[in-house]
Amino acid sequence: MMQETHKDMPQDIRRDKVIHLINSVIEKVGAADEISREHIYEELRSLHDIIESTRADINATRAGDISGKHIPNATDELDAVVLATEAATGTIMDSCDALTSYADKMNPDQKDFMLGEVTKILEACSFQDITGQRITKVVKSLKIIDEKISSLMKVLGDKLPAHLSSTSSDDDDDRVGDQRLLNGPQMPDKAISQSDIDKLLADLF
Amino acid sequence: MTVDKNMNVLIVDDYKTMLRIIGNLLKQLGFSHVDEATDGSMALEMFKSKTYGLVISDWNMEPMSGLDLLKHVRALPTNNNVPFVMVTAESKTENVIAAKQAGVSNYIVKPFNAETLKAKLVSVLGEF
Repeated sequence: MMQETHKDMPQDIRRDKVIHLINSVIEKVGAADEISREHIYEELRSLHDIIESTRADINATRAGDISGKHIPNATDELDAVVLATEAATGTIMDSCDALTSYADKMNPDQKDFMLGEVTKILEACSFQDITGQRITKVVKSLKIIDEKISSLMKVLGDKLPAHLSSTSSDDDDDRVGDQRLLNGPQMPDKAISQSDIDKLLADLF
Repeated sequence: MTVDKNMNVLIVDDYKTMLRIIGNLLKQLGFSHVDEATDGSMALEMFKSKTYGLVISDWNMEPMSGLDLLKHVRALPTNNNVPFVMVTAESKTENVIAAKQAGVSNYIVKPFNAETLKAKLVSVLGEF
């Protein structure tokens, strides 16, 4: 039967083992005359292995990416949703204003009908306020998580492997082929315009 | 009692969309003098130059919230009994209680419709 590695151990068992090993080393150092250096070395070696496997676990979570890339991306996307819905709602309401003004030229029945429908549109537009507030709450929560992870990264500092303290590029995208082309709507500052696309197509064909 | 639809009305909300929605609904109800502010401190400044007959305010705004605005308005030397309607997404019991204790005249939970707005305004101003 294969021996269980430190990496396979649940976190709480691993923590108990660390405490046990530290106590054992302290005890043996205290009774150094009776215990061989090899025993102490073996236990220190076990401690070292546990610390290394813990580092590997942290490595696997890509904490630097969460704080440096994924959370900023998520907050940017949500901010873009708020801006886009706000702009669209503004356009709808401009049309409502135009319809309200035009209603003055109608007969009373038509005017009542028009204003009634415009009122329904205005009521529906309040979704933008509610969704905006909800998204703002989510963005705040994400920023708190970001701060917590950043603090953790600072505490661990140079004790982590070098690649953990910096963010990776898109190389962690494990999709292949055409799947890599599906990235959803681009952020306004990163998207290319329709005229750029037209120009690109004209150049290509 | 007849309601003077020429009274000055102040709407306070940090979302421009909501200012426009409430403003348009008020116009449809016949109120023609409607001012807008985007937070409590801006609204309070506007009280220095005008007397208002109605305030409709959001709660969640910065730097001064709707609740703080309400408390400041109620502490003004004049115009402190102006009808004050809170229009907010904050719908917990403790919010309503806090607003009531601060002297709110009525409370509308977002999202709301024109019918609800009119009903609440009638309750604080009288039939119109």
